[in-house]
Amino acid sequence: MIPLLIILGVVVVLVLWFVGAYNGLVQSRNQVKNSWSQIDVQLKRRHDLIPNLVETAKGYVTHERGTLEAVTNARAAAMKAQGAGQAAQAEGLLGSALSKFFAIAENYPELKANQNFLAIQEELASTENKIGFARQFYNDSVMAFNTKIESIPTNIVAGIGGFQKAEFFELQDAAQREVPQVKF
Amino acid sequence: MWELIQSNRRKSAALIVVLALVLAGLGLSIGWGFGGEEGGYFGVAVAMVVWIVMLLVNLAAGESILLAAAGAREVTHDDAPQLFNIVEEMKIASGLPAMPKVYVIDNPAPNAFAVGLKPERAAVAVTSGLLAQLNRDELQGVIGHELGHITNRDTLFMTLAGVTMGAVILLADLYLRGMRFGGGRSRRSDSRGGGQAAVIMMVIALVLAILAPILAQLLYFACSRRREYLADASSAQFTRYPAGLASALEKISGAQHGELEVSRALAPMFIVNPQAAVGETTSVFSTHPSTADRIRVLRTMTSDVSLAAYETAYQQTHAGHNVMRAATTQSAQPLAAREAAPAAETAQQQWRAVQNLVQRTAGYFAIPCDCGVNLKVPQNFGQPAVACPKCGQQHSLPPAIAQA
Repeated sequence: MIPLLIILGVVVVLVLWFVGAYNGLVQSRNQVKNSWSQIDVQLKRRHDLIPNLVETAKGYVTHERGTLEAVTNARAAAMKAQGAGQAAQAEGLLGSALSKFFAIAENYPELKANQNFLAIQEELASTENKIGFARQFYNDSVMAFNTKIESIPTNIVAGIGGFQKAEFFELQDAAQREVPQVKF
Repeated sequence: MWELIQSNRRKSAALIVVLALVLAGLGLSIGWGFGGEEGGYFGVAVAMVVWIVMLLVNLAAGESILLAAAGAREVTHDDAPQLFNIVEEMKIASGLPAMPKVYVIDNPAPNAFAVGLKPERAAVAVTSGLLAQLNRDELQGVIGHELGHITNRDTLFMTLAGVTMGAVILLADLYLRGMRFGGGRSRRSDSRGGGQAAVIMMVIALVLAILAPILAQLLYFACSRRREYLADASSAQFTRYPAGLASALEKISGAQHGELEVSRALAPMFIVNPQAAVGETTSVFSTHPSTADRIRVLRTMTSDVSLAAYETAYQQTHAGHNVMRAATTQSAQPLAAREAAPAAETAQQQWRAVQNLVQRTAGYFAIPCDCGVNLKVPQNFGQPAVACPKCGQQHSLPPAIAQA
């Protein structure tokens, strides 16, 4: 009788642990999803701001028209991108096109005095920060989730539950530095 | 970060339990001194009822009363785009579930505070002096610190601990006053055997009534100071730029001249205690560590801005003492600091923008004159027309403003 009770107790403990670990994984996965949607919101916001910026700047920027076109093209490419990896690359290119444009905007004092331009500049700069912070939070969530999936003993629960590792979001660095990705 | 919140929760729960026990002990000994064993139970019951009523009043009143008492006005994105954007940036970095409300207080002393018992319903308030004197990076550091208070649940626990401390002080104060005037007249001297015990309990009650408020305050202040360091550490982690908060603290501490009058309950929630004198050093009765010390820790941090790096910097500046639990910082990965943001506007432009914001939230009426001057008229102006100070052109005012 007693051995039976001990076995029963162990089984109950194991089941409880399994439920707890599974729910913990679901929670982490939801946080990853949630923080991804935060990045998504800010990327969309940046896409929405750019036509306004181009429209305002068009009248002032007389020489370096190519930089403006580069911004427009990079935006179009970024809007078409699919998945975290591709989006990261396209958004990275859009980011560098924008910073190039803001660098040349320094040469146009009338543009810099334009209230509308200043407002869009603050919005874009802040959106850039928000993307950075959202990416920071997303990557922290992915790190926590992936660590759970890989480490013993939660990896057993992750295997049974079919949890897949999430992808990190690395802006521009991935495209520019060309560091070989380590795959497990 | 989750470990930090967990550890905070346990410590705060322990603090509140200890404070509640002090309160119950005080009630028990006072009651016992008056009316034997039954009196003791009655005393505990009275202490608990006082505590619960005070808690309910505070929880029900909540943030709106605190904000109103500080004279804070809510602003939207259109009123103060940069401030609003910075709060949103820090909301994202800290992973708060909802956007906090943003308030501005019209006061020249630069300061800021956060309220909100739940992260879902938080609010940050900054003074106009803060907006006028700080650059973007510094403002971000301050907002990061305030949202750090919210994510670390300091706003909730300091309210609870503050109320409990208040109940201890209230009860002890009432008892001591009663003793002074009544001389313990109501003491039952006829109870057999209980008389001696009652005398002993009365002595205990007297000692407790004198010591308990001091003990409660020491506990409360020690906890408050530790939480300031933690909020600084959170700010460095969120902004990835500890230098911003450090230079903000330098500006803020150099400009507190007592212009900002706030209630004692709210003082620990400010980034720098508005009532503390400039250059004051840390004592056991301070709600905040000395600003110089906080700046020193932040300036010691270099390329890594994680919680673990803050802990290391704290140990370097405090002879090996630590401020967080070891388990809290073990799981943190190194986080690279970022570069400073370029200055966007001159000091004068910034000052003017803040003036506009304050006047708009205060309900000023703006009239653009043809000569380019923007006239701003307060709501209770009381004149039918106003002349432009530059070109002298007369502008008639809408009846609502003219009549007031």
